[in-house]
Amino acid sequence: MSLIDSISLPRSMRLPRVDGLVQWIVPLAIIAIWQVACVTGFVPTRVLPAPSDVALAGWKLLLSGELARNIWVSFWRASIGFLIGGSIGFAFGLANGLSQLSAKLTDTTLQMVRNVPHLALIPLVILWFGIDESAKLFLVALGVFFPIYLNTLHGIRTVDPQLIEMGRIYGMTDGELFRRVIFPGALPSIFVGIRFALGIMWLTLIVAETIAASSGLGYMAMQAREFMLIDVVVLSILIYALLGKLADSSSRVLERLTLSWHPAFQKR
Amino acid sequence: MQTALRTSLPETELASRASFAPHARVVREERPVQTSGLPLSIRGLRKSFGSNEVLRGIDLHIPAGQFVAIVGKSGCGKSTLLRLIAGLDKIDAGSIGFGGDVQPADIRVMFQEPRLLPWARVLANVEVGLGRDRASQDAHARAEKALAEVGLADKRDQWPSVLSGGQKQRVALGRALVSRPRVLALDEPLGALDALTRISMQRLLERVWRDQGFTAILVTHDVSEAVALADRVLVIEEGRIAHDVVVNAARPRQRGSAELAGLEGSILSHLLSADDRT
Ligand SMILES: Nc1ncnc2c1ncn2[C@@H]1O[C@H](COP(=O)(O)OP(=O)(O)OP(=O)(O)O)[C@@H](O)[C@H]1O
Ligand SMILES: [Mg+2]
Repeated sequence: MSLIDSISLPRSMRLPRVDGLVQWIVPLAIIAIWQVACVTGFVPTRVLPAPSDVALAGWKLLLSGELARNIWVSFWRASIGFLIGGSIGFAFGLANGLSQLSAKLTDTTLQMVRNVPHLALIPLVILWFGIDESAKLFLVALGVFFPIYLNTLHGIRTVDPQLIEMGRIYGMTDGELFRRVIFPGALPSIFVGIRFALGIMWLTLIVAETIAASSGLGYMAMQAREFMLIDVVVLSILIYALLGKLADSSSRVLERLTLSWHPAFQKR
Repeated sequence: MQTALRTSLPETELASRASFAPHARVVREERPVQTSGLPLSIRGLRKSFGSNEVLRGIDLHIPAGQFVAIVGKSGCGKSTLLRLIAGLDKIDAGSIGFGGDVQPADIRVMFQEPRLLPWARVLANVEVGLGRDRASQDAHARAEKALAEVGLADKRDQWPSVLSGGQKQRVALGRALVSRPRVLALDEPLGALDALTRISMQRLLERVWRDQGFTAILVTHDVSEAVALADRVLVIEEGRIAHDVVVNAARPRQRGSAELAGLEGSILSHLLSADDRT
């Protein structure tokens, strides 16, 4: 979770517009090869349905309204869980980064909890919440909490002390110092946390919905497996991939807007 | 203005306390009376870090509006002295007086690093220097004026990361000057610049000092810079002021003139002989 990640990744965004299409060449080529392999019978459709079949299944589900409903449910769970876990993680990161007392009080405990894989809690969470919405929200929030907490804390602790001294010399109040120096300085690191958290968010949701749910994309995939609808299974996986990409892209847009001062985000 | 020029000690007592006071008085009489600078009296100033006694009793009077340079070998406590004057560290013993009430915005510091906020545009960085006046209506106008003074009016909307080292340092100077300080403490502000940029920055510094009349205290390791800019050069050795050299050359000064070169040579030989002794 280093800052380097956040700095080197957006470089590609500086490339001209035409090159924006370049990134889609490989996925499209894979789909084309996949289609050919299925149509020629090289890959049996029992193992992997052709992309056209997957698209057809998607179209049918779309017409029945089932697809939109399941995507919406998953999207809702992901965002609410992310908001809850992210806000708590951010709040703890701020508190522990700014106050020695708060850090002494809670950091050790949080570091201990961090070492428990949150997916290991699924049986316990099912016992607590059943297969209710709150079970999924709890798991997503827990998974999202740590990357945001750790990176916010790291960001605040590594703000240039010379800038903080400068702020004090120029008579900034604590509030101003936070707003004008500490928070902007911690922002690149916070974004690294957000990107990690988004990945964990989807992972947690897939697992939770696969194991314990009565709606959502994971549930749709599990139902399809029971009825041997392999095209729907593949469709769910592809949708997960697209949603993950969407989350990542939106966080990058946000990053580019708020970090426009950063040399890595400036047009050359 | 009246109170600001008043020192905490009677003039005669100051004169008897410090052997260099006669020079200082001469220089003071040369400067126009309407200066906005503050005088500075330091008495018995001591500072140690653990067992390391850095300053061992500094006695010094700087008249209002004087340009003082402080030189000395690395680690002799120049930055420490400057930080104490700027109120950034706690004094162990002794006192620093500015002859009257001072506001925080009356004393400004410039460091070797520009310390600009990378996420604020150049103009916003200069506005930081207004301190509590940041919210006032004329904040923009004052910042723009300060930026124009350091010759960077056209860079107002740039990010600091696109500026050159010298330009960044000029923004930092604009930020320090925007509140019209009465004492400006400079800790090797030009140390990281190339020779040509240094010279143009020195000229800029001299010009704004002459225009605004603040008291300037410049720490530098470049003796030629010290004699080119200062009214008076202090050499610190072993935690005390070992030499107090008055530079009487008329301004604007001719860089590399025989007079300045002679002074530079004698200060350098002081420094080198001290180095040989240790
Ligand atoms: N915060 C500190 N804690 C402990 N020791 C310090 C601290 N600041 C300075 N010192 C010590 O005080 C001494 C003087 O340091 P100072 O920075 O004032 O030197 P300087 O004259 O500015 O040197 P240079 O020309 O290299 O900048 C050094 O020995 C340094 O190690
Ligand atoms: Mg120093």
